[in-house]
Amino acid sequence: MSGPNTNFDPVQVTPLDEDQVQKMVEEALAAIEGAGSVAELKQVRIEHTGEQAPLALANREIGALPPQARKDTGKRIGQARGRVNQAIKARQEALTAAELEQRLAEERVDVTLPVELAPRGEIHPITGMIDIVSDIFIGMGWEIAEGPELESEWLNFDALNFPPNHPARYLQDTLFVDPPEHHQLMRTHTSPVQARELLTRELPVYVACPGKVYRADEFDATHLPVFHQVEGLVVDKGISMAHLKGTLDHFASKLFGGVTTRFRAHFFPFTEPSAEVDLQCFVCHGDDTTCRTCGGEGWIEWGGCGVVNPRVLVACGIDPDVYSGFAFGCGIDRAVMFRNGATDLRDMVEGDVRFSRSLEGLAR
Amino acid sequence: MKAPLSWLRDHVAIPADTTVDQLKDVFVRAGIEVEAVQEGAEVTGPVVVGKVLYRNPEEQKNGKTINWCVVDVGSHNPEEAPKDIPEGMHGRGIICGAHNFDVGDHVVVALPGAVLPGDFAISSRKTYGHVSDGMICSQVELGLPDDGTDGIIVLGDDAPAPGTPAMELLGADEVVFDLEVTPDMPHCLSMRGLARELAQGLGVEFTDPVTTCAESASGSVEVRIEDDRCARFVAAQVTGIDATRPSPDWMRRRIAAAGMRPISLPVDITNYLMLETGQPLHGYDADKVRGAIVVRDAVAGEKLTTLDGQTRTLRAGDLVIADDSGAIGMAGVMGGAATELSDSTTKVIIEGASFDRASVSRTARSHHLQSEASRRFERGVDTGAAHATALRAARMFAELAGGAVDEAVTVEGDPAAMPSTVMALDLPTRVLGMNVPHDEVIATLTGAGVHVEVEGTQATVTPPTWRPDLRDPYDYVEEVGQKVGLDRIEGILPSAPGGRGYTPAQAARRAVGRALASSGLVEVLTFPFQSDADLDKLGITADDPRRRTVRLANPLAETSPWLRTTVLPGLLAAAGRNLSRGQDDLALYEIGSVFFALDDATPAPMPPVDRRPTAEEFAAIDAALPKQPRHLGVLLHGAWRAAGWNAPAEPVTWRHAMGVVELIATTLGIELVRRQAQVSPFHPGRCAEVLVDGAVVGLAGELHPSVVEAHGLQAGACAVELDLDAIVASQPGRGAIPPLSTFPVAKEDVALVVDEDTAAADVAAALREGGGDLLESVRLFDVYTGDQISDGKKSLAFALRLRGADTTLTDQQAAEARDAAVAVATERFGAELRS
Repeated sequence: MSGPNTNFDPVQVTPLDEDQVQKMVEEALAAIEGAGSVAELKQVRIEHTGEQAPLALANREIGALPPQARKDTGKRIGQARGRVNQAIKARQEALTAAELEQRLAEERVDVTLPVELAPRGEIHPITGMIDIVSDIFIGMGWEIAEGPELESEWLNFDALNFPPNHPARYLQDTLFVDPPEHHQLMRTHTSPVQARELLTRELPVYVACPGKVYRADEFDATHLPVFHQVEGLVVDKGISMAHLKGTLDHFASKLFGGVTTRFRAHFFPFTEPSAEVDLQCFVCHGDDTTCRTCGGEGWIEWGGCGVVNPRVLVACGIDPDVYSGFAFGCGIDRAVMFRNGATDLRDMVEGDVRFSRSLEGLAR
Repeated sequence: MKAPLSWLRDHVAIPADTTVDQLKDVFVRAGIEVEAVQEGAEVTGPVVVGKVLYRNPEEQKNGKTINWCVVDVGSHNPEEAPKDIPEGMHGRGIICGAHNFDVGDHVVVALPGAVLPGDFAISSRKTYGHVSDGMICSQVELGLPDDGTDGIIVLGDDAPAPGTPAMELLGADEVVFDLEVTPDMPHCLSMRGLARELAQGLGVEFTDPVTTCAESASGSVEVRIEDDRCARFVAAQVTGIDATRPSPDWMRRRIAAAGMRPISLPVDITNYLMLETGQPLHGYDADKVRGAIVVRDAVAGEKLTTLDGQTRTLRAGDLVIADDSGAIGMAGVMGGAATELSDSTTKVIIEGASFDRASVSRTARSHHLQSEASRRFERGVDTGAAHATALRAARMFAELAGGAVDEAVTVEGDPAAMPSTVMALDLPTRVLGMNVPHDEVIATLTGAGVHVEVEGTQATVTPPTWRPDLRDPYDYVEEVGQKVGLDRIEGILPSAPGGRGYTPAQAARRAVGRALASSGLVEVLTFPFQSDADLDKLGITADDPRRRTVRLANPLAETSPWLRTTVLPGLLAAAGRNLSRGQDDLALYEIGSVFFALDDATPAPMPPVDRRPTAEEFAAIDAALPKQPRHLGVLLHGAWRAAGWNAPAEPVTWRHAMGVVELIATTLGIELVRRQAQVSPFHPGRCAEVLVDGAVVGLAGELHPSVVEAHGLQAGACAVELDLDAIVASQPGRGAIPPLSTFPVAKEDVALVVDEDTAAADVAAALREGGGDLLESVRLFDVYTGDQISDGKKSLAFALRLRGADTTLTDQQAAEARDAAVAVATERFGAELRS
């Protein structure tokens, strides 16, 4: 601001008239309103608030006024400039918002277009089932045990109390490594892992063993010569068949949702007493005689189980007077069949990507 | 095992109102699976007894002869005799194609209005020039078990009057249980044993068809047991029989219903009694037996022609029945042809014996000769049944075939007493996890025929002779559990001690699978078998370790007799299957075991089972097994990404194969070094060996064009195969987090000219080594060959990021570090800085 004008010229103060000021303001407001873009508004700002703008020039004249007029005039000019600035600010905001809105509208995309970060892959439903089952047992504080698929005859049969002449040992049931006199075979069940665990772990043992097993069986819609089982084994003090029942009920309930199991007396060399375990139908709960999942039976055959035969404990160096245990084995492939509705077991091993993809993320 | 209900009822007083479902439940609770229940034949409408009045064979134009018959069907006869039957006869005219009957025979006639199995409606119809007014039926046509008759049913002379409903007469309303009997219940391979289970399950009376068990005594047949695998040999003789008499209808029908074929009266008697009591019997033509009957071990090379007509060479260890002429039967397996019963037999010796289970099993297996007898002996036959059953057979012969029983029955050998054991009375409660009071334990076992002698809280238990399966205390626990019902057990979830969770290797393998699936690969499972041809197709040479295959003695398919040494053939087969189904863009992976034969294959030891194997024995078992690491295999084919709306298709290239290797490395936090290699089945210029700590653990690259062609794939297909176990084992225990420098980064780019065959990874490693602590990262951002540089050279441009740990680097410090990095590359590879 320049210093006070001491030689003021009364002729030049006409712009300070109230009418004049009002006119300048109205012109400025009209120009602001007329600005159609932020760029135009910038030009308006220069014209109406810049150094050469009428109101700025008028402001400069205030100093030339007689002292008694300065106050009123100053106030009038100040208010006028304030109104203009405020209008510019408001217009600026409006224009910015409008321009942003327009830009965003222009940037609209079709969000339904197909996109992918990486191509879609999938784990096999069998692997998915093994993982789910393993998680259930890990959650119970058990551990996951593993053993070789090419196993010794002793661990697959002898240690499990199969007598030397047991039919399962013959070539029509078991895949033997050549020559058979070498007592090596493709394990026919996951049970040799039981013996391995009992021979190598410290007691108590709480393990589940999912894995691949082999039989000299047909290959058709309902039979696979290579398939998957999960074996459960507990050896601890005071273990009974009630603990087996409790474990299977828990397992069934976690895997299939709120169903129970039942025992049917059966025979296995490595358990005594032995039972087959049936799963309550998780679809109809036994209420639908036309149910396709259980065939109207209300129960689904699930696997075999029993109290570990003391002869197995003896063969593994465990005192059956101190320790007892239970074991069970269930089919993984079969579980995928009735849990997920697969209809042809051959699909499990033919490698068709449509089968592997069919659970679409639910396998994981 | 098929069990007709009427037969069971002979021995157990089943209440009249007991339903079939209730009986099924009793079987299931006893541990006998009910595979099916057949409830009567599916026949409706009139099926009656008829008497053949007239039979006229008429030859047809087609050469066939059919019989034009008149059959008297009593009240079902037409009121007016048909015109084309001989005058004066009163009956129905029926055409019949069978020839096993004659005038005067009683037959079974389905009348018009009857519907036979298969929705076969009988009606009066014109055929072969006559009106056939019904049908004379065979067993099979009525849906009854095939009793071996070739032709129609001919009823015995005792048949009721013509017109009597016939289905009930034929046992067609019979309920037949088809049961799966497990090996621990040998007594249930008989009506006697099954009836016993029903009696105990229903709490009703049981009548044992086996009543006597004599001490040994010499009789009219001389028998010598020279081998302790025969515990008892009973020989009963019947003289003056007529072997040509037919078996009674009831016997034929029951044998057929039980799943065997009626053959002739002598054979039917022995089979009938075996089915009823579980004791196999054998009949010898006494006139053909030379001298004494001897039970002995076979002489190696000895010949025997068995009843099936086969001449067999016996081995030492085969237990045989012999006479002066040599072997006349394989004990417990099959009799010999030389002493076989025939129509002319008048004197029969009936053998009822007890043979060793394992011995019968071995002989039956080694001669591939399974019989109903061997099936029972190898599971265990009641040693107390031989005498009574042989005696019953003798009396049946006398009754049905005429003749007289020699009262002096030979009973040789005294079976050992059944082994007893001591069981704590609370053992069932402890093992079953449900309360079974001592009284209930004792009552249950006693009910099963077990002799129980209680001493305080323990009992000495001795099984009956028909329960050889009861040996250990736990066997008795199972018996108690079954009989009181396993459904009484209430579940208790045991609490495991804190587990360690997944092992690092298990977690790592799962992470690898998840990473591959998340990156676009699809898991498949294939059979782990392969053939030489599979390896040939991959161009794998004879000296390659992948030729060290393990052969199966009895492969599922002769075309794939080996266990796989590589997962690639399975993946290639899966790829082929997908291609044939129109799926060309493939990114497959499989994780599975492969098997490598040891240099010197040795037998796996078979230690005894009455003790823990020694550490050496256990180690020797593992040492004998072939190596079987888990491999990861990957096959990439077609487009990695199909063409999309925003990008063209991205075909699979060698880079994707290497990318899989990198993915595994980053997933597991390890370094997988790739080194140029030339190994089948890969393109010699586009193949990497993958190394961990200097050891090769796998291969990755583009498949060789000839392999691609041999498998019908598209050019550019890639594969990876890694030893996942070795890779996972190299995973460090845990990572370390260094302090983060907050000082500014200095960026230096260098372009180095090296020989074209210099590995970029090696140059980067040299830079890293030379750059020292200040060098934060090295990134290759350009590879150039062309006009700007000389032939045989390439330019590799790297972006270096340098940073001080506790100071801002000056330009000079940064330049020095860069020069030091380049210096190592220069020294090692002659790298020249490109200006």
